[in-house]
Amino acid sequence: MAVVTKEVCYHCGDTCTSKVLLKDEKSFCCSGCLNVYSILSAGNLHNYYKLNQHPGASQKKEQQQFDYLNVAEIAAKLVNYQDAEKTLVTFYLPAIHCSSCIWLLEHLNTLNPAILESRVDFLKKQVHLQFNHQHSSLQEIAQLLTTIGYEPLISLQDVINSGVAKKDALVPKIAVAGFCFGNVMLLAFPAYFGIAESEKHFGQYFSLISLAFCFPAVFYSGIDYFKRAYVSLKQGILNIDFPLALGIAVLLLRTLSDYIFQAGEGFADTLTGLVFFLLIGKFVQQKTYHHLSFERDYRSFFPVAVDVIGEDGKTAPVPLEKIKEGDRIAVKSQEIIPADAILLKGDALIDFSFVTGESKPVQKVLGEIVYAGGRQTAGSLELEVIKPVSQSYLTGLWNNESFQKANSTKTKTFVTRVSHYFSIILVSLATLALLFWLPTSWQTGLNAFTAILIIACPCALALSTPFTMGAALSIFDKNKFYLKNTDVVEQLAAIDTVVFDKTGTVTIADHNSVEFIGELEPEWEAVVYGVCKNSSHPLSRKICAFVNSSAQVQITDFEEVVGAGMRAVYKNEEVLIGKADFVQGAKTQLLEFPQVHVSISGKYLGYFKINQNLRPSLAPLLQNLNNNYQTFLISGDTPQDNNLLSPYFKKQSDLLFQQSPQNKLDFIAQKQRSGATLLMIGDGLNDAGALQQANVGIAVTDNINNFTPGSDAILDGQSFAMLPKFLKFSKAAVNVIHLSFCIAICYNVVGISFAIQGKLSPLIAAILMPLSTVTIISFTSISTHLQAKKYGLKS
Amino acid sequence: MTIIFFLIACSVVLALCFLAAFFWSHHSGQNKDLYTPSVRILFENEAEEKPEGTKKEEQKAEKL
Repeated sequence: MAVVTKEVCYHCGDTCTSKVLLKDEKSFCCSGCLNVYSILSAGNLHNYYKLNQHPGASQKKEQQQFDYLNVAEIAAKLVNYQDAEKTLVTFYLPAIHCSSCIWLLEHLNTLNPAILESRVDFLKKQVHLQFNHQHSSLQEIAQLLTTIGYEPLISLQDVINSGVAKKDALVPKIAVAGFCFGNVMLLAFPAYFGIAESEKHFGQYFSLISLAFCFPAVFYSGIDYFKRAYVSLKQGILNIDFPLALGIAVLLLRTLSDYIFQAGEGFADTLTGLVFFLLIGKFVQQKTYHHLSFERDYRSFFPVAVDVIGEDGKTAPVPLEKIKEGDRIAVKSQEIIPADAILLKGDALIDFSFVTGESKPVQKVLGEIVYAGGRQTAGSLELEVIKPVSQSYLTGLWNNESFQKANSTKTKTFVTRVSHYFSIILVSLATLALLFWLPTSWQTGLNAFTAILIIACPCALALSTPFTMGAALSIFDKNKFYLKNTDVVEQLAAIDTVVFDKTGTVTIADHNSVEFIGELEPEWEAVVYGVCKNSSHPLSRKICAFVNSSAQVQITDFEEVVGAGMRAVYKNEEVLIGKADFVQGAKTQLLEFPQVHVSISGKYLGYFKINQNLRPSLAPLLQNLNNNYQTFLISGDTPQDNNLLSPYFKKQSDLLFQQSPQNKLDFIAQKQRSGATLLMIGDGLNDAGALQQANVGIAVTDNINNFTPGSDAILDGQSFAMLPKFLKFSKAAVNVIHLSFCIAICYNVVGISFAIQGKLSPLIAAILMPLSTVTIISFTSISTHLQAKKYGLKS
Repeated sequence: MTIIFFLIACSVVLALCFLAAFFWSHHSGQNKDLYTPSVRILFENEAEEKPEGTKKEEQKAEKL
């Protein structure tokens, strides 16, 4: 028996499966990896390989050319800054993953002297480049990055950085609030211990400075609360911002009047502390994912530019939105068809799985209409555009009203519901106290009125959600489940119906398992491999990956018959591989999966059976969900997998096939009208409408850098099995919020009992406010993490 | 004890200086990337590393 030693690629660390390429006594799995090594060693950048073992990314993919970066208007959108000599540009490079990457990308200057400076932001996977555009071009830079294995991901529509900017703007406000809070606390201490009569003038001086600190805290750090309260009041909603803004305003006025009328020390400490803690809560609540976008629409799925064939026969890249009717476009293998078009030239075998859910590639003949969104899997095509991109069959879905209205179907959060009643009770209680005291003493009445508004200011209530949800979000994040914002947790907890898409969601499109039915000797295996290697048909590729023979055989007279199979000659024997009616001796079998038959010199050997793989752990997952939820499957594909999938669902009518994207959306809307709260789980553009319409839409993806349709959450395929745990945990998180609300109410009752008698001293307020805040923060953080442990989301 | 008036004014001014320093650092982008510099600092110094690296490479080549 021959001992097979698995060679590992020096560049990317993959095992070298086919033939091994050698250079400098190092082995490489493909010419791409070898190429990167050669460039780096020529540029004396060996350090790249010294810092980490196998730091490279596999280079087996086809590389794009970035010709469109020479189009000025596209380049202008990418460039951050440009002057007479320098250009500043930021690229997003998904391949960045280790310290070698940082080292290499910051030494790009050695490979292209026109690059003046390059800086990597590791967590954002970005590189900021500064280059001299008189000596190099944007396209050259992008190509250089690609040749060394860091292909930039260029998408003009992604608005990835908006969330980051929001969080960044909060930091200075927190700094100012913290600064004011700290200083005021320092000045407040003498008052807490009592100031002697002889030192009264100090007290006044301290109060004056404290009062001065209140103004930046309110008008710089806290101004957003007033703005939001005003906006929601205008819409007739009493949300949490209203009692908060009221509390802040009353605190400021009371502190001001106390100073002017020498009535006491004022509440400067409570005021600055309140603003500071509230902003901390806001900061914790905002979770930013640097490389995920939840707002993607069809445009980020399409290429940035398309090759248009001019009248002189030359191709030139044109920005996607400039494509018009009558343009002739060229689409290469593995590219996406950008607009509805008529096929003019080429062998069209188009994979529509992302658009329709149909898992098998579709063959198109010349003159037929090809809809936008499909991926060409065979050779190059020439097409004539019949509709601009924005009006194509696929993109019409985005004109549906569910994309226009801003989430009105989403349920109100707990805090929003509670604060409505809270505000009403608070204001009426304060007014009652005022009316009660008014006949005896108006000072006490006013005192009680303001004191109630101060003490009941729902700081603890406002903090319980951010801290619980902030902790929940980071726990989800560690388990590769990325939520758009904290509200999604509450919506997840309210779910009673789960709807699955099929292709790409419960089945993994790329990992079809292959079986050979019949007998295939090793020699013939090599022949089948040799023949299939020559074809780009997806089934041939799957067979190649399955057989994966290392023996080299000589194949002659290879011929591919479109839509039927392949013919070749090996040692004067005719080899036929393909459909049943193409291969001699094969019987047409009415089975529900694709088959590829093999015959050699007239002798029928058997067929390859290609199964669609279900996600592992689908069975326990659905069993678990079926106990507590209604489950449905809704697919754009043909019912070929019905038998495979129906045992997992409660009844046959829960499985719907051949549904258009619009049908899916309508199904969700109809269920919602009958009172269900739905969770939609999908992956493709065909699910975009349903994901938008559902109470919660989760996009599943096996590669987090891939396109995902707009959704409330993005789930990594690896964590698909944990879905029931996620749902349970979100319920637990909502329970934690309810409990912490009870605690906050207890503090409020104690405070109000002082306030209503007109006896609230600044000292009590200054103790109660931080005490309740600390209790809530520690209770929510600790119990959320305990719940996560309970459900196995945290070790 | 009246010195306290002056001392407190001083402490506030000092604290304002720190706040200003924080604002400056924030606006100059120092807080934007908090991870990469921790890796960058571990790289060997170029000037020493390069000739040494090539020498070793050459020695290896000679031996073979």
